This record gives sequence, structure tokens and C-alpha cells, in this order.
Amino acid sequence: MPGTVETIKDTKLVEGKAVEGVLGAGKKLVTIYVMGKWYQVPAGLTITKALEYLGYRLVRGVGCRAGFCGACTTLWVKKNDYKLYSGLACQTMVEDGMYLVQIPFVPAEKRIYNIEELEPNGSVVLALYPEVTRCIGCNACTKVCPQEIQVMDTIQEIIRGNIAKAARMAFDCISCGSCSLRCPAEIKHFYVFQLVRRLYGKYIAPKAKHLEKRVKEIEERKYDGALDRLIRAGPDKWRELAEKAQKDEEVET
Amino acid sequence: MSGYPPEFRESIKIIEETREERLKITPPRVPLEEKEELLRKFHPDYKKEAKRQIKIGAGKGEYAPHEVANLLEAHSFLYMNALSNGVEIDLEDPDFDVDVLIIGGGGGGATAALWALYNGIPADRILLATKLRFGDANTKMAQGGIQAADREYDSPIIHFLDVMRGGHYTNDPDLVRILVTSAPFIIKWLEELGVMFDKEPDGTMIEVSGGGTSRLRMHSAGDYTGLEIMRTLMDEVLNREIRVLEFSPAVELLTDDEGNIAGAVLMNLETEQYLVVRAKSTVLTTGGFGRLHIQGFQTTNHYGATMDGVVLAYRVGAEIRDLDSVQYHPTGAAWPLQIAGQLVTEKVRSLGAQLVNTAGEAFVYPLEPRDIVAAAIIRECEERKKGVITPVGTCGVWLDSPMIEIIRGEGTIERYLPAMLRQFRRFGIDIRKEPILVYPTLHYQNGGIKINTNAQVLGNGGRPIGNLFAAGEVTGGVHGKNRLMGNSLLEITVFGRIAGINAAKNARNTNVGKLSLKHVYRWEEMLKEAGIETNVVAPMILPDYKGDIKFR
Repeated sequence: MPGTVETIKDTKLVEGKAVEGVLGAGKKLVTIYVMGKWYQVPAGLTITKALEYLGYRLVRGVGCRAGFCGACTTLWVKKNDYKLYSGLACQTMVEDGMYLVQIPFVPAEKRIYNIEELEPNGSVVLALYPEVTRCIGCNACTKVCPQEIQVMDTIQEIIRGNIAKAARMAFDCISCGSCSLRCPAEIKHFYVFQLVRRLYGKYIAPKAKHLEKRVKEIEERKYDGALDRLIRAGPDKWRELAEKAQKDEEVET
Repeated sequence: MSGYPPEFRESIKIIEETREERLKITPPRVPLEEKEELLRKFHPDYKKEAKRQIKIGAGKGEYAPHEVANLLEAHSFLYMNALSNGVEIDLEDPDFDVDVLIIGGGGGGATAALWALYNGIPADRILLATKLRFGDANTKMAQGGIQAADREYDSPIIHFLDVMRGGHYTNDPDLVRILVTSAPFIIKWLEELGVMFDKEPDGTMIEVSGGGTSRLRMHSAGDYTGLEIMRTLMDEVLNREIRVLEFSPAVELLTDDEGNIAGAVLMNLETEQYLVVRAKSTVLTTGGFGRLHIQGFQTTNHYGATMDGVVLAYRVGAEIRDLDSVQYHPTGAAWPLQIAGQLVTEKVRSLGAQLVNTAGEAFVYPLEPRDIVAAAIIRECEERKKGVITPVGTCGVWLDSPMIEIIRGEGTIERYLPAMLRQFRRFGIDIRKEPILVYPTLHYQNGGIKINTNAQVLGNGGRPIGNLFAAGEVTGGVHGKNRLMGNSLLEITVFGRIAGINAAKNARNTNVGKLSLKHVYRWEEMLKEAGIETNVVAPMILPDYKGDIKFR
């Protein structure tokens, strides 16, 4: 059946043409070094898939497999290149000459707080995470962020007390910890960002008044009678009213 | 540089040329009388050969996909790996003794833990055990949003009707009632915890539509809605110092001498040691079955979505429902192959993108319920031959994302769909300028174990199984045979809360007797009696992709 995986299997990805054109890389096989060990894998695979292709059973260093959870932080260097690279294994394709290791866990400690007792300002954040002020502005954090967050600038906004701005800037953080691994000031950015976002969401963003109103109505049992009648009425009535609702018509029960 | 192969060029050109005309039209809704035929002919659920009757247990005789039936008819992992070859599990001296054990560290589990705490269970009397890291769950991957009828133009009644219509009126109406009437409260709770919902400057929630919802009711936080909710819940669980045990999946439930549930046996995934947890209340929030790759489909799901909770509950007599019904998300990525099957959020359609075939026709109203849209896409590929054939022989149709910025202005995609934009840009595709190639992907377990309105798991004859609760995708009933977008984040929080509250209540009135694994030995006898010969061992815990390059 088109679209299902059976079809993909039949094309024998490993054995030639399919690999060449389909996965988008020019070569059929690339050489990678997994924790120093030499392997050849089809070009175009993600690092996650390359490891599985090689027979690894992943427990750490794997998660949602879609770039949302930050579990598969991977570090690598390339042949004849001094740079240390970092990325998400599930979203990064293997490259020829890659020396890689997956990071099973990023050592960091989350500070404990009662969100109800905090105020949304910079000094609250600095009191909980004083190391933030140690930022030396090297920008190593920004360079490794797979989410393209301006990590250093966000830290600077926090130091200046701009919580709202920092919360928005750090919104796309998936807590992979790459930044914290590289930080000479030993800042644990992802925990700091979590605090900042909660301060913004709870205290700075204005409350939704319509929400409060509806909660009250439900607590006062405004809909109970209608729902009782509706549930008793059964599927034919539900169908009739649901189709009405779809046409944007008023629904009376 | 476009990440699409040159052979797509011609087809993309047709999409571009027809865009202006298509902007003027709303694609036709599928007439009521044609819906059934569309589903029957093209929805994968209607393929008879893909299912069989379950031969054992409380759901005996019910139909389920082979992949599901295989696990329900499987040997016990604990029996095969320990009990049958002399490895002793010391039930007299449990490793943990708690009031509430929560199995599963996604949004449902975190919510249950917090509400157990709010209802008087001390943090050190709660244990949240999870298979991978805390928060590693489909919750984090939910992009589109969470529904709640909280506006003047909307009401819980209309929400109720939409949910029922989405589920083809097979849902449990009492569970749906709780879902829709708790929704505004849950959003408010999340708002108070600090979830950054998308809002107008005055605080009004920005709400969009979703497939099958008749009013604008989808609350979101960019297209990281689930991530934002999950990380906030996690932060709060950690702040409250609730005990969390990572990399420790449950491999079997425990009963006491009266047959009530009394905790679970966990396995430390790294040391492979077994851990015995005695608990007065046990809550299952283990999620669904995406990683079973039913009918060979790719999936949007997390690595750990292997239906473990259903397997465990089934062995202690839980009834099941609607497990024959699989939700295929209409829009999984069909290209690039590196992200095949990965979710392309329904919000792309909510914001105005149409589904278009190779003839440049917008062939279906983009916000029909998911099963209808999925079937319509498969029809384009299989019957009408108006799909794009990829170089590996798979098929897809175009989701015309550039329409979004024409309708709603430049910058809309960056603001509301940052995850999507980034995901495709990583592979050289700019979804602001190029359409997205999509094909249905395995997304959600519509059914599951039965629960009542107190989130108690139901056994023989609909009677609650003592001390056992469940919430979220592991359960069935809320969504009937088809879930609508934005109701799963809602379900895990609404029923996670109810499970937490009732687990706390139950724990106060319960004394657990002597721990037992009798039901496991009994299960193995039942397999023999039923003449089932199988090599399958469950729970699966993690899929085996060793040597595999098929599945993302």
C-alpha cells in the first residue's frame, strides 16, 4: 500500500540507488565513529537511525524521536576540524568522518521553589540561580542550541530583569542541555528558563477573564440541567444537534 | 536550496499556479451519506484482514489489530524472565511502600501526582514511576492545542456534541460530560501554574478551530502546546518534591490476597533489577500504542508508546473497549524520509492550509474529523491516483502551507508554527514558501481499558477493580472510535486529576494485604487452556529497532 513502511522496506535502502538519491546524500555509505568505534552506515540516516541500524538498543539518548523532548543530545567532532558540534540525534543526519557520543544525562540541579510565593522580577531568578550573573558573554550556548534560541541574549535579559522578554525568547527550549554542557559559567540555562516562563505565564501575562467567568458558571451548575436532558435524549438527538452546531446554528436542548 | 527531489518540481508548480484560485474557495465537506462509504473503503480500520478476535481475557471475542492482539495474548515478561526460571521476587519486603503509585510519567501521571498531593497525600507517600525520563511522553509532542469551551459563543454543550460527533456517537457520554465541564477549570489551573498560553494583549485566549470542532475553542502555546504543559507540570511535581523513579517501567501489577491491586513490580531498565512497590492505590497513565506500527504504518508517537498499561491491566481482569479503532493522523510527514510519519500539526490546517492533489484540487474540507481526512487522502493516493509518488514508491498529497501567510500575513508561521518551520528547515524545506508532502500516520489509541467517572478501572461485569485507577490514552470511552484534536491534552489533565483525587481518597480507606503474583501464574495457565502458542512476551517496554531502518 502506498505510504506505508512496507514499501520503503522493499526498495532495499542499503543496497545502492535508493540510498544515493532518496535520502538526499551523495554517497552510498559514510564512515562514523561511535564512541571511537569505526562503522559504515547508509548516508542520509539520522544519528538515531544509524545507531539502531548498527544494532544498538537505545535506552538513554533517545526519546520522542521527533525533536521535541531533548533526550538525544549528541556531541561530535569531524575529521580535520577542531570544533565540537552538538545536536539532536533524531534530527541530525550522519556525516562522513563524524566522531560521536550520545549524552545520557546532563548533570544539573533544579532549585526548589513555591511559585505562589515568588514575584516576577529578575532578582527572584538571580536569588534562586545566582550563577546566572557569572555569564561572561562568550555565546558558546547560543552556538550549540538546536532550537536556534539566542541563549546568551536571553540570560542577559534576565540579568537586566526583563522577565517577559526572556520568557518569550526562551519559549522554544526543549531542555536538551547542550548550552549548559558548554557554559564556562556553569549556568543551567534550561532550569533558569523554566522558572522565567512560569513567572511570565503566572504573573505577567494578563489573566483570561472569560475563562474565570465560564468556570464560575459551571460551578454554579448552569449547564447541568441541559446536559442531563441531552444525555438522556440519546444518539439521534445528539446527531441532530451536532449537525446543527456544525452549521454554526444555535443549539437548544 | 529545496529539500525536495527534482521530480516533485512539476507537481509543486501546479500547487503554486492553482493557489490564487483555491484561496477563494472552501473545499467541500464530505456529505453525511458519503462519509460511511469513504471510511469503509479507505480507512485502514476497516480492513478486515488487519484484525482478529482476541482469544483470552475479559475482552475475549472482541476484535483488535493483530499487533494489539499479539500483546494481549502474550506471555508475561516477569514470568518468562524471572518467575519461570527461579529468579525470586521478594514480596515480603517491598522496595517501596507508598500510598499512591503512579505508573507513567507523561502529562496524565504528573497531573495525577499533583492532585493526589493536593488531596492530602504527602509527597514522600507518592511514587511516580516512569519507563524513560520523567516527561518523556506523547504529551510533549502534542502541538496543536487543548480544547475548552470558555467563550460566549461556545458552551460545554456544544463541546459535548462535537466530541460525540467526532467519535461517531460511540463515546461514553458520562465521561464526555466530565471532559467538557472540567475543561475550563483545567485551563485555569494550568494558567495559574504558569503555562504560557497564546493570548491577546488583554488576556483573552487566542482560540482557533480544529478538525470537527464547530466553534473556535483550541487553546495553544505556539505549536509547543504539549511541551509547555508537560514541562510546567514536571516543574511543579519536582518543586513539590514528589518522588520520581525514572527508567523503571512496570512489568506486572501486584494483587493482594483479596485480589485487589496492591502496587506493581518495576524493572530498573539499566541494572535489570526488579523493584517491588506496595501501594494502596495504583494509577495507570502509561499512554498508547503508536510504536506497535499497526499495519506497518509510521507513527507520530514517542519511543515508549508500546501499550504496556493495557497489557498489565488486562491480566488483572480489566475490560477493554474500542481497541479495534486506531487513529491515523491525516498529516504525517511523507517527505523527507528522515522524519517520515512525524506529526504535521492539524493547526497548519486550522490556520488555513488546504490539502491539495497533483491536479491542484483541494479535495477535502481540511477540518473534517481526522478519520475522514485520513481516508480522503488515502483515496487520492489509491483510487484517484492523484497523489505524489516519492522516489521510494510511497505516496503523499500536498498540504499547502504557504496559503497561511497569504491569508494571515507574513510572520504567521514563524509565530504560531515555530516547531514545524524548524523541523522542515533542518532538511532544507521552507514551509512558508513550499507546501508539505503528507500521508496519514499512526497517531492515537482511541480505545483502551474501561474506566468509570471516578477513573476506576472496570473489570468483570463493569465492577471496579479494587485500588486501580487509570487516565489518558491507556483508557477507552472518552473519544469513542475517533478522537478530535485538542481533546487528548484535555483528557490527560481532566482524568489525571480525577484519578489523583480518587487514588488519594481510596488510599485513606485501604489497607493492603499480603502481596501476590498469583494472577500472573493464572494468566500463564489461561494461555495454555486457550491453546495459545506464542513467542510474544509483554509488556514490550521498548520497540526493537536493532538493525532496522524502516521506522523513524
